[in-house]
Amino acid sequence: MSVPITRTSWFPAVLSFGTIFATMLLVELFIRFGLINRFIVPLPTDIMAALPRVIIEEQVFSRFLLTAAEAFSASILVTIFGVAGGALLYRFRLLREATETWVAAVAAAPLVLIYPLYLVIFGRNATTIVVMGFTAGLAPVMLKTLEGLAGTRRVLIDVGRSFNLTPWQQFWKILFPAALPTIFVGMRLGLIFALINIVGVEFLINFGGLGQLINELAERYDLAGTYAAISFVILISINVFILTEWLERWLRPVE
Amino acid sequence: MTLPAAAPRRLQPVTMLRIAIIVVTLASWEALSASGLLYRDVVPSLLAIGKALFNLLTVPDMPVEINLSMFGLQGATKIPTIYWHLYVTFYEIAIGLLIGGLSGLVAGIALGSSRLLREAYEPLLYYLGPCPKIIFFPVMIMWFGVGPGSKVAMGAISCFFPVALNMAGGMREIDRVLIRVGRSFRANTWQMVTKIYLPAMRHPMINGIRIGLGVCLIGTLLAETKLSNSGVGFLVNQAYSLFNMPLMYALLIVLFVIAIGANALIGKLGGLDDIKRR
Repeated sequence: MSVPITRTSWFPAVLSFGTIFATMLLVELFIRFGLINRFIVPLPTDIMAALPRVIIEEQVFSRFLLTAAEAFSASILVTIFGVAGGALLYRFRLLREATETWVAAVAAAPLVLIYPLYLVIFGRNATTIVVMGFTAGLAPVMLKTLEGLAGTRRVLIDVGRSFNLTPWQQFWKILFPAALPTIFVGMRLGLIFALINIVGVEFLINFGGLGQLINELAERYDLAGTYAAISFVILISINVFILTEWLERWLRPVE
Repeated sequence: MTLPAAAPRRLQPVTMLRIAIIVVTLASWEALSASGLLYRDVVPSLLAIGKALFNLLTVPDMPVEINLSMFGLQGATKIPTIYWHLYVTFYEIAIGLLIGGLSGLVAGIALGSSRLLREAYEPLLYYLGPCPKIIFFPVMIMWFGVGPGSKVAMGAISCFFPVALNMAGGMREIDRVLIRVGRSFRANTWQMVTKIYLPAMRHPMINGIRIGLGVCLIGTLLAETKLSNSGVGFLVNQAYSLFNMPLMYALLIVLFVIAIGANALIGKLGGLDDIKRR
């Protein structure tokens, strides 16, 4: 029995990439026939040609390393303070009841808007960017840590008690391992929030790595270069998200 | 028979702790402000911030022309500047949310109703969704100019992805029985959307709009801080440029109150609290 072509596993991927290719082809034709202003939208072929130039001449690799270092620093801070904060809220029930809604409200607030404040406090340097990433990623990690610890199965806690574990042992031997998959979901969220804010603030304050690159090229009115740099940042972001997803799956126990 | 005297109301421990945290935070702020450990004026006194907030919201310093001839109102008056900038920002956010939300709604329904479309295009949305949207701002400026158009576009792009992904997820979770009922009544596509899909997806839709509003707000305001001559983002940037720290804190307080309030309001109107309680 033959399988319809739309049911085959490769057809959606072909359709997806085909659509992107067809859109680029249409844009190319529209620009060449003068239907789209080439001073607003550059030719897709020019963008592709600009990509190697941007990568080599604009030191994309060192910029990428700078952004990655900022994201890594912010992630370390977010993990340490977020997990500790979540554990603190779990340990002290009264504190949790008093502040959990506040933490959730902070997670929903447009925190990135305080970047001018950080500029004043820390100056126009990498510290501002790292602290901004840390601020944005902290609340999700705290909330997910709390969720993970609070969701530990009762039977595991009772096993710990039956072995007369101290509170410290109970945390490290029972609660923390049980909550680890959820904590990692929170860390992934925190990293994504941090990365978004880091690239965003780099762009806004014209300092740092990949975000600054886009801003510089736009200010030089290097249209093809700007579009190429944006495409490059999108590719990097997508790869980071895929990597974190892969790590999360690897860490999660088989359900 | 006399009723027993009502026992004096005691504060709950949670409320007491909340009050204590607020008091300690404010006292620490004031102490830090007075100590001069940070640069002068970076941490202004609470009084200065309160005064700036009061002036921001009440002192009329911007002349406006009123021309409501149908109500017999004509003339000139003054209003606090913040209200004009809030109006500009709200206008940009509202239009951005409308465009991004509606296109997200249509895309989400299309993705959720077809397995092929979902497998082909949902991964694109899923991975593009978390990318920092502010990087598209130079392109939006080229396409829509430096005026409100580019801010509206930023808001629309920002909120499109969460709305579309939530709608697509919501579509997949609709009870198949409801869809079969609709089909057995020979409902056309429009009737299926308005009578079956949308009512059944109320909660994912409200959730998507709630997240969409949050990111739309961020996208619009960040665009305003980058390049604008009106809007609250512009005011924040202006306060930074003039090093008017009390005003900057006052503006941030106004923004956070509005953002958190709008988020809570949409959640309440959409009945998200009821789901959590169930």
